[in-house]
Order: sequence, then C-alpha cells, then structure tokens
Amino acid sequence: MATQILMPALSPTMTEGKLAKWLKGVGDEVKAGDVIAEIETDKATMEVEAVDEGKLARILIDEGTEGVAVNTPIAVLTVNGEDAGSAEPPPKAETPAEPKVAAQATDPAAVADQAAKGQRKEALEPAPAPEKDWGPTKPATVREALRDAMALEMRRDEDVFLLGEEVAQYQGAYKISQGLLEEFGPRRIIDTPITEHGFAGLATGAALNGLRPIVEFMTFNFAMQAMDQIINSAAKTLYMSGGQMGCPIVFRGPNGAASRVAAQHSQCYASWYAHVPGLKVVAPWSSADAKGLLRAAIRDPNPVVFLENEILYGQTFECPVDEDFILPIGRAKIERTGSHVTIVAFSIMVGVAMKAAEKLAEQGIEAEVINLRSLRPLDTATIVESVKKTSRLVTVEEGWPFAGIGAEVSMQIVEHAFDWLDAPPVRVHGVDVPLPYAANLEKLALPQPEWVVDAVKKIV
Amino acid sequence: MAQAAETRKRGRTKEKSVDTGVVLKAYRSMLLIRRFEEKAGQLYGMGLIGGFCHLYIGQEAVVVGIQLALTDGDEVITSYRDHGHMLATGMEARGVMAELTGRSGGYSRGKGGSMHMFSKEQKFFGGHGIVGAQVSIGTGLAFSNWYRGSDRVSVTYFGEGASNQGQVFESFNLAALMKLPVVYVIENNKYGMGTSVERASASQDLSKNGAPWGIPGQQVDGMDVLAVKAAADEAVAHCRAGKGPYLLEVKTYRYRGHSMSDPAKYRTREEVQMMRTQNDCIENARRKLEALDVDEKAIKAIDDEVKRIIQDAADFAQSSPEPDAAELYTDVLLEG
Repeated sequence: MATQILMPALSPTMTEGKLAKWLKGVGDEVKAGDVIAEIETDKATMEVEAVDEGKLARILIDEGTEGVAVNTPIAVLTVNGEDAGSAEPPPKAETPAEPKVAAQATDPAAVADQAAKGQRKEALEPAPAPEKDWGPTKPATVREALRDAMALEMRRDEDVFLLGEEVAQYQGAYKISQGLLEEFGPRRIIDTPITEHGFAGLATGAALNGLRPIVEFMTFNFAMQAMDQIINSAAKTLYMSGGQMGCPIVFRGPNGAASRVAAQHSQCYASWYAHVPGLKVVAPWSSADAKGLLRAAIRDPNPVVFLENEILYGQTFECPVDEDFILPIGRAKIERTGSHVTIVAFSIMVGVAMKAAEKLAEQGIEAEVINLRSLRPLDTATIVESVKKTSRLVTVEEGWPFAGIGAEVSMQIVEHAFDWLDAPPVRVHGVDVPLPYAANLEKLALPQPEWVVDAVKKIV
Repeated sequence: MAQAAETRKRGRTKEKSVDTGVVLKAYRSMLLIRRFEEKAGQLYGMGLIGGFCHLYIGQEAVVVGIQLALTDGDEVITSYRDHGHMLATGMEARGVMAELTGRSGGYSRGKGGSMHMFSKEQKFFGGHGIVGAQVSIGTGLAFSNWYRGSDRVSVTYFGEGASNQGQVFESFNLAALMKLPVVYVIENNKYGMGTSVERASASQDLSKNGAPWGIPGQQVDGMDVLAVKAAADEAVAHCRAGKGPYLLEVKTYRYRGHSMSDPAKYRTREEVQMMRTQNDCIENARRKLEALDVDEKAIKAIDDEVKRIIQDAADFAQSSPEPDAAELYTDVLLEG
C-alpha cells in the first residue's frame, strides 16, 4: 500500500512551515528514521524523518515552498516492489489528515458542553452532626498527645513508620518522639541526615509503594527544601496516574513563629499548602485536636500536611482517654458559642481568639469562636451556619494577609452568606513583614488578643 | 560476587542457546520501542499528540538490557523520557499510545500524558516531569523493599543532566547509609537538552559519582544490549545480596531532539548519522542474530509482529474516546 507523508507539526504551536529542502529524491529507497526533508518555521529548522520503509514515489510539495500547512501531504511512499506508478492518483492517507481530536478540541460548543457536564456541584453540604462525645478526659500536653497518636497508630499498623532529623536517638528535636525508638526500634523510628529534599522524596516513594510514612520536619521552614516532592510528587501522582497510585503520607512538624527565632524560622505555611489540590492540610490547636487529627492523618490514604506549633507543644489541655479516640479531617469545632460575631481561627490563634472572646464577654459582646482544625478541606458549612447567626466575621491567623487563609474564609462567606452579613469581614493577621528578632518588634508583628478585640469592635 | 560469578559460569555452559533466546527477546523489545517511538513522532506531527514528547530512539538497549536482568516485582522509575521503559516493563503499547493522545484508554486515562504514566501492576512508578525527582522517589521504593525485608530491587533511571541535581546526591547518601537495594542507572545520552555533558559536569566519568559514598559503579556500552544486561546482572546481584546501592553509567545516544520541538543545533547531523549508521543498538542485535545463524524468517516474523502491535496501538490511540468531562474532578483524593 502506498502512503502519504504529511507535513508534520514539530512543536505544540506550529501550524505551518516552509519546506526548505528535500534530502531524498524520487526513486530513492527510504528506511524508517531516515531524514527525508528539512522544514523551517519562524523559530527553527527541523528535520522530517521517515516513519515507514519504501521508495519515494512522488514529491507533492517542491522545496522552497512557504506556508505549507501542517498535515498537508508532501510526498508519496510506496512499499518495496510496488510500482511507483500505482501511487497515482494520490493514494488515501494512512490516517485521516484532519485528526479527530483537533476537531473536537477546537469546537467551542463541544468544549462548553463538556465543561457544563463536568461542572462540579457548588452547593454546600449541610453542617456536620455534633461531635461525638468521647467520654472521660485527662490533662495532656500537645506534645504527649502527638506522641501517643503516633504510638497508637504504629501499634495498629506495621506499615507506619517515622523518619526525620533527630527523631530516634535524640528523642525528637522538640521531644515529640520521646520513647518511640525504645518501643519500635530503629527500623521504624529512623534518624535521617539533614537532607529534607532527599528524605521527603524517599518517604514519598515508600508511600507510593504502599507504606505509610510519617515525615517529621524539624520545622516547616525546612520543608521548603522538600516542597517539590510534597507538591509535584506526593500531591499530584494520584491524579496523574488516573487513580492508580495513592500516596498515604503525613508531613508533620512545627509551623509558624516560635519565639525570637526571626524571619527564616518563623513563617506560617498554611495558605501555601492549602492552595494545593491533592493535599489535605490540618492545623490542630488543643491536645485533643492533635491526637485525634494525627491519628486520622496517619490513616488517611492521601498526603496530609500536619501543621503543629512549637509554642503549643508544652501546653496542657483535656484530652479523651478512649483508646479509639479519633477526629475526622475536614470538620471544624465550635469552641465557644456566641451570637454577636463569628471569630474563625486555627492553631495557636484559637487560643488568642478564646482570650479575645473572654475580654469581649466582659464588655457584653458574645463571640462564637470556630477552631478550623482542617484547612483543606475547609469546613465551610460550619462557618456559614455561624455567620448566618451572627452576621459578622473576623478571621485570625498568624501568617501574612495577602492570599492567606483569612482571605479564603472571607471569600467563602461572600460566596455563601453575603446576604446575611451586616458588616464587611475583618482579617486579623501577622504584620506583612519578615518576622523581626527584637522582642518588642516581634510582639508588634504577631496577632494579640487585643487586636482581635479591636477588630470585633469595629464591626459590632 | 559469588552469585554473579556463578551466573556467568552457567551462562558459558549453554552459551549459544541461552544467548540466542536472550538476543531474540532483546531484539524484539528494542524494535518494539523503536517502532513505537517512530509512530509517536508521526502522530505528534499530525497534531494527535500534544505538549512535550521526548522520544527514546537510539537508547533502546539501555532499558531493554537492564530489564533482562530483573525479575517480577522489581520496581522501575524514570524521568519524562519514559515510553521505552513502560514498554520494556510489559505495559501495553495501546495503553501507552492512548495516553499520548490523551484518551480514556490511556494508562492514566488521559490525565498524565507522555511524561506522567504509571502501572501499579507492572511496578512502573512513572514517568516524572521534574528532573531528578524520581531519584529520591526511586530510593524510597528501595527503602520499602528494605523495610519489608523483601529481595526486590528498585531500578532508578535518570539522565546525565539530572545527575547534577542536589537530591541525586542526597539520595546516594541515604541509600548508601541505609544499604538500600537500588540500582541507579545514569542514561548518559551526552546532551541534557542542548547542553553537552562536557559543559555540564566537572567530572566526565559519571560512574564514579557514587564513589564518595562507597557506591560501586561501572561504565557500560549502551549500544550493546548484552553488555548492558551483563552489567545489570552484576548490579542487581549486588543489591539483592544486601550490599546496598550500585551505579551504572550507560553510554548511549538519542537520535532525535530533546523533545519534538528541538531543532538540535547543538550537534551536527554528521555526528547523529555516524551514531546511527555505525553503532545502532538494534542493528547490532540484528547482526548478532545473523551471526548466531538465526533464520531470517524468524527475524522477519518479529518485525511483522511488532508492526502489527504498533499499528493496533496507533489505531486504538485514535479511536479510544477522550476522557469524560466528569473525569476532570476524579482522582484528586482517595476516599478516606
């Protein structure tokens, strides 16, 4: 069978080119891979290689011809032994010159129709049922809660292991993994060299192969070294593999400002990670949050970024003692009910919001404080329901305001509860500068309860 | 070492019959990749494949030779020049080609494309678009084998361009420290996009790149599939014996541009032609088959079979429907 050689597209954007030169003539034998012609575009000169074997029977476009459209037949090839004459009239192309896919993709009506069919349901899910009552509690520090969560899950599932800098022999840079090496041994509690990019990639590979790593970053500031693996590998592989390859991994460690460690060690990454589809992002405040959410994160089949806070590690909260205690990811908690204003916060800022609420109560203003717990997925329904009651929203975060979590929460309220608002939402946030070292300046840069009180009083 | 030596001894005793079978298998596998890539280039030219498309033509002996040294369950991971690796691990040509055309019949149901394809079944872990990222992930695949106490080996491919990435050296350190069973394969095709290895690497012997961590390495002629297999046998035996990572620098050459849209001005046509005509891996294998007195008909039968597979793959890649619009939202997260 004779085949037509078509003008090829040699880049994603090429539509036409000049047939600069024929390197084979009529009657020449051509083997697959032989360069038969040169074509020129406005960017470059490129070679056309033969795909099939045969004899060049006819040249349909002379060399020097400008503006040859992609997919125009440029020559005819006959298979060995076939009479060149049999190629007249020009034979049917081996494949249609008008590719079906191009036609589909460029038909605006078809694209619009497809988009409509694929449109995601935007309606809000109803607010979740009240949290299960887990019964008796006892005081525990956030540090103990995190350690217990890991130990419980490691006893439950042999595939769970912890790796990171100083997690084993040193017992954790912040003593979160205290005692774990003794119980689980060096195979499952693994000290790594200081090599975030490398060990985050290693753990991601282990997760793709079915293990359940917990990666401890000494702080999330250092996870920037590993950002590519977290986002491009861990978060995207499930989608890129058409659902074949999940990545059950937890990236955890302290996030945000500690105390007097200045700009490179004091940054909130909440909005960075919350931006990424394919990740879940969790930010606990209390010991119960820490324990219940970390257990859920370890069991989750998806990559979870678990943002802790160094200052909270030593704080004590009541924590359920039930062996099975676990919290669902994606559910916020109303820490305090009130009817005048909704204050939304996460991580250490929940404490700031609670203090502000106490001060406000002294002044006769009842604030409802929502502890987000999860940033992605965000429990929008709970926030919306609260704002429908209070008609006012104040968001509190330690991070910078621009494109931050407060901006996102406010936008969710604009989209879902605009008509209920009696005042514009107000954001309380860290000052928009790298965090300074000096004690007085540091204090001026991070949200204080008074800031929240002032923000509330602006709109109540 | 004892194991490798024994393998070599066994190989010698039945040399002719064993070699013929292996060479035939290698020839078929390499030809399948070559024809697949030529067809992919053609479909790209017709606008049926979009975006980036990095062809493996010229390098076939690397992945085919290594694969001959592996057994079921060994993991494979590579960069974005990945079509050959997928075919070599036993993934079907139609599923790979349909992914290139962005159709629902593709391995990633059209959502990954040329650079991002995976097969859990064939233990092929991608297909990675970020240069060097697959090296630490591949080290993690080896870690999972170490953790589970299995004797599986992870083969982690990357180019000589990627070999300069920081995380490659981080991975070498981790793998050597933990004695992880990973065979690192540097496919040195001489050009990282348009930059020759001489202009990119201070050291030209990349097989020594693991030396600071005590990782043994060797250079291999990547145009001789049996030489690649022999080196891989040694490397894999080293890893399976629990001796830690091994590094192979396989000297190869890509005939085509870095991607489809590469005018290739950084090298002469004569250089490319010389590589093609004088040292082509498939021609080398064909000559070997002739020297082994393999019937020409048997070779022709392979050629015909490969042609049929590729034509079928191309047909399937054009007839398989585009993914349903609802697919846009699936596979972001697993139900937990």
